Amino acid sequence: MSDRQLAVEFRGVSKLYGALAVLKELSLSVPQGEKIALIGPSGSGKTTVLRILMTLETIQAGTVWVKGEPLWHMPKGDGLAPATETHLHAMRRHIGMVFQHFNLFPHMTVQENVARPPQIVLGVTSGEAEQRAQDLLRLVGLAQKGASYPAQLSGGQKQRVAIARALAMQPAIMLFDEPTSALDPELVEEVLAVLRDIALEGKTTMLLVTHEMSFAREISDRILFLDGGAIVEEGPPDQIFSDPKEERTRLFLKKIIAAGHRID
Amino acid sequence: MSQFSDYAWMILDGTWVTVKITVVASVVAVIVALLTGVARTSKFFWIRLGPTLFVELFRGTSCYVQLFWAFFALPFIGISLTPFVASVLVLGANVGSYGSEVVRGAIAGVPRGQTEASVALNFTKLQRFRHVVFPQALVAMLPPAGNLFIDLLKLTPLTSLITMSDLTYNAMAVRQQTGSTFIALATILVGYFLMSSAIAWAIGRIERRASRGLETGPRAA
Repeated sequence: MSDRQLAVEFRGVSKLYGALAVLKELSLSVPQGEKIALIGPSGSGKTTVLRILMTLETIQAGTVWVKGEPLWHMPKGDGLAPATETHLHAMRRHIGMVFQHFNLFPHMTVQENVARPPQIVLGVTSGEAEQRAQDLLRLVGLAQKGASYPAQLSGGQKQRVAIARALAMQPAIMLFDEPTSALDPELVEEVLAVLRDIALEGKTTMLLVTHEMSFAREISDRILFLDGGAIVEEGPPDQIFSDPKEERTRLFLKKIIAAGHRID
Repeated sequence: MSQFSDYAWMILDGTWVTVKITVVASVVAVIVALLTGVARTSKFFWIRLGPTLFVELFRGTSCYVQLFWAFFALPFIGISLTPFVASVLVLGANVGSYGSEVVRGAIAGVPRGQTEASVALNFTKLQRFRHVVFPQALVAMLPPAGNLFIDLLKLTPLTSLITMSDLTYNAMAVRQQTGSTFIALATILVGYFLMSSAIAWAIGRIERRASRGLETGPRAA
């Protein structure tokens, strides 16, 4: 087992809401630095994969490993015991997340949204945090918006602030949960441009849930197609989009194209 | 003329007592509301139990009865409170119990995405509450809190039943001694109106400060 090179691993993970299985014994491995896009119809469980990794959802069976350590469990004797809040806190520093609905802190300015979390959580000095926040805001093209409040921004600008805020914590693994789905069509590209920069920079492991098929094809190393809480098919983008092996993948892509989206 | 100044002193003295009770009882009410309100958002039954019983007890019985209990009944079990202490504790606990619901509701009303974002940024539970949930909940708490402070002010005349010489009590005494009902009653009308206006003004100021960034657009932002 070369666990050390894996950023993320799911081993037989099941997630249930009552009798409804959202994930069914799902297994996947993501090497460090890999860019993964999760695609599939709504309700397929792709967002759940990210939410489990961000410790926003518990699991009912299986194990999740982040950088070779169990996420939802702790080693105990020969086996594993459920994770404590302390363990989850220690594990979360590896992971950052960008949400569909941004979830910026409305009572903080843009600058504070990006600068405060590292001060609060990592104990970074305010001078350093402010400087880094300015650098990150410049990176996402919002250097002039530091003094604004989130309510004064467009959706695309909000999402770029949210990306800067997540990057400020310097996570090794970044999760993007449909980052452009809540945006007006004309604002999608400005967010994708920022995501493209992060992907090209290379070091960060990325898991991206998206309906932007051509973008997924462009930036990801591997595509996972999920349906019904399981991975139906996975492979390099060109193969998945041009030559899908599974009937369900083919059907899904057909629907996407029929809805007027491009996949090339 | 010296008699007039005597009466004026009685009114001022009563006003001062009313102000003192209102201010100190408001502080007690805030503490009660925050402690019980926050505790009642806990997912643990045993943490919710005590505060819930406390709040229901004080909301379920009248302030009048509670004052009598605090001042006349507690000495039988060895607790003797001065009239002032009994007044501020009872009014504080009573209004604080209504405030508890305001606090609980405001905290529950902060969108879940806010907590999720702060989990994703690896805030501890305390940091989530302090930096993300509470500052936003506070904005929702302030308008109803302002009403409760004014309610508290209007409950203070009850404390004359346990020997406090507050504005209403003293004004009634002046009325009896001078026979000028109209002036005495006009005095308290104006007095309470000015005091409640002061409370509304102060809360308005705090509200504007606390709601920066939250005035426009949806709270989820």
